Amino acid sequence: MKAEGKRRIWDEYQKEIAGDKYFYVRSCVRQNFFPGAEKTFLRYMKEMGKTVYENPSHTTCSGIGYHSDIVPFETAMTMVARQFALMTESGYENFVTSCITSFGLYTEVLETWHHFPELEEKIRLHLRNATGREFKKPKNLAHASDVTYKLRKEISRAGKYRLVNRNTGEPIRVVEHIGCHYSRMFPSKGVGGAEYPYVLVGMIEEWGGQVIDYPERRHCCGFGFRQYLVKANRGYSISASKKKFDSMKPYKPEMVLTNCPGCPMFLDRWQYTLSEMEGTTYGENGQGIPVLTYEELAGLILGYNPWDLGLQVHQVPVEPLMDKMGIPYDPETKFLDKNGHSMGKPKSPSFLKFY
Amino acid sequence: MENTVIVIGGGISGMTASGMLALQGMKVTLLEKEAETGGHVARWDRLFPDRKKAAEVLDFAREGMKNVNVVTGAEVTGISWHDKGFTVTSGIMQPASSVPGPESLIANSGSLINEIAAGESNYTARALVLAMGFDLFEARKKEEYGYGIYNNVITSADLEEKFKSGKDILTSEGKIPARIGFVHCVGSRDEKVGNLYCSKVCCVTGVKQAIEMKEMYPSAEVFNFYMDLRMFDRHFEELYYEAQQKWGVSFIRGRLAECAENPDGTIILKTEDTLTGKPLKMTVDLLVLLSGFVPASGTAKIAGMLGLQRGTDGFVNSADSHSMNNLSGIPGVFLTGALKGPISISEAIADARATALLLADYLKSGKP
Repeated sequence: MKAEGKRRIWDEYQKEIAGDKYFYVRSCVRQNFFPGAEKTFLRYMKEMGKTVYENPSHTTCSGIGYHSDIVPFETAMTMVARQFALMTESGYENFVTSCITSFGLYTEVLETWHHFPELEEKIRLHLRNATGREFKKPKNLAHASDVTYKLRKEISRAGKYRLVNRNTGEPIRVVEHIGCHYSRMFPSKGVGGAEYPYVLVGMIEEWGGQVIDYPERRHCCGFGFRQYLVKANRGYSISASKKKFDSMKPYKPEMVLTNCPGCPMFLDRWQYTLSEMEGTTYGENGQGIPVLTYEELAGLILGYNPWDLGLQVHQVPVEPLMDKMGIPYDPETKFLDKNGHSMGKPKSPSFLKFY
Repeated sequence: MENTVIVIGGGISGMTASGMLALQGMKVTLLEKEAETGGHVARWDRLFPDRKKAAEVLDFAREGMKNVNVVTGAEVTGISWHDKGFTVTSGIMQPASSVPGPESLIANSGSLINEIAAGESNYTARALVLAMGFDLFEARKKEEYGYGIYNNVITSADLEEKFKSGKDILTSEGKIPARIGFVHCVGSRDEKVGNLYCSKVCCVTGVKQAIEMKEMYPSAEVFNFYMDLRMFDRHFEELYYEAQQKWGVSFIRGRLAECAENPDGTIILKTEDTLTGKPLKMTVDLLVLLSGFVPASGTAKIAGMLGLQRGTDGFVNSADSHSMNNLSGIPGVFLTGALKGPISISEAIADARATALLLADYLKSGKP
């Protein structure tokens, strides 16, 4: 592997990312999947002195329906136009999405309007007729992982921990997995392009870790929308995840880092399912491979309480990673809510080592 | 000024055209931006379909250029035309000491140089031949194939260099490759990279190189991944048959989707065998990308200086692609070789000779 070859590609795919004053739109599903991730983003953005505004009237972008073939494109475009109207009404110009599919959809809509301005006019009319709203297009569109990538050095400077094994001094070996809708449709809109995306690699390297490239790096996480959303297809979903784990295992990854709602969900949950189905685990000593969102990892680097990050709801325990990084945690408070009440403890899996 | 010609580009097309023009009594100056003439052919070992040494073809072309004034390291920076013909300005790209001075050029060629100013030379002639040729498609642009990233992914040009060196061809780990893959149409017939055209000679190059690898390593398994094989010229089809029947080369109809590197440095391929309708995943020790043609880097610039039309593919349009394929539409400006599109060496030689014939007639009659 020639690192300079990758660096050359990375140099060619750099994008402009606004520095402050962001209009933030949340994901439909992330708060159910990994409930602390978005909150953590808002927390470190505030600590870095950045203004992030959320408008309570914002809705789904409809991307999940669009990519599942149940929402027509014109409807999706009108939903997107409404989000832009909220941004305009709120006095913001820099649009930041939490969800990768939303980012892909917003990008696709803006590109469509660029090439077919008559469609933009049509959608403006739809929105006007339906809601009376008008909008300006964002000056800057970024995914929240782009913004975190932009702040990676500041996070590193403010950080208390590094992606380094404190016992050996070796960098933590990290698999990075990018959501399909981040840059595969429009490579120039993602940091690092489509084939060798850099957005997560940049964070991992800056925070001390070592990135693993493995043969099935580009393969789907297992979500793939209809692979999972259509119940009869779920065998495809889990077999896609299995293919990835089998491929990455020889490289002994110590964690997986993601930037999509679906990827951490499936790479995390299916490890449990695979262990129950086949008795197979992919980490060291019967452990799984912890799967984190970039917000959760940034939170760990910054020294936030792991249970405030929501790491207790991960199916694959994150404790082995925290032990390596020297991050303290209190097992006694793991399953207590913020008022100190027990949330109940999940049943231990049959094979996957549980903490 | 009588019978003076400037040829821009010193590949096989420019060399042949220069030689033919000189043979007809023209005073020819050939401007080549590289340090040596020969172009792509100089970097090739053997040629399809008969495996003739590329060097022999170049020697033949050079033999005809004895009376041609060759200026290497000369990048064209400007072209102007006037009632007597054309003035071409070129920057000297090599150390001044190695560039012939105006006196020596006048002595050799009979008088083409009018002046030299700081690092630049002006050459005047009654006619121009444009022979800028082509560049190879930069294989790294097909990012999913990993050229420049995975150690055991090389191009057909890299492989020719290895053949030319006469050394064993080994993997980056120093092993004899037991499985070798050739990928056709890299940068050609590919909407994703913006090149819809066929590069014409990659198919037969892939067949030739596959045979050469089998000759070197008879026990190696060799696979060619192709969309369709365009064996358009004489003996090409026979070579394709030979590859299959004598050498056991496997041809798999399917475009490579992507490749990745295994822990041991081997390359894992994902493709589809479209004849059986099945996805295919296999590992090779060495992967060769058959890079196609793209317009030479200087073509857009020089065409722009003259106001010549280029197609959407970037190659220069001739006055008429059937009957006036060597004419540019500007009196006195002639086109030859691969600047008009992908072309084989034998075609380039024939085209250059035709250009020389038409140009000689133009100088004689004053009519294009």
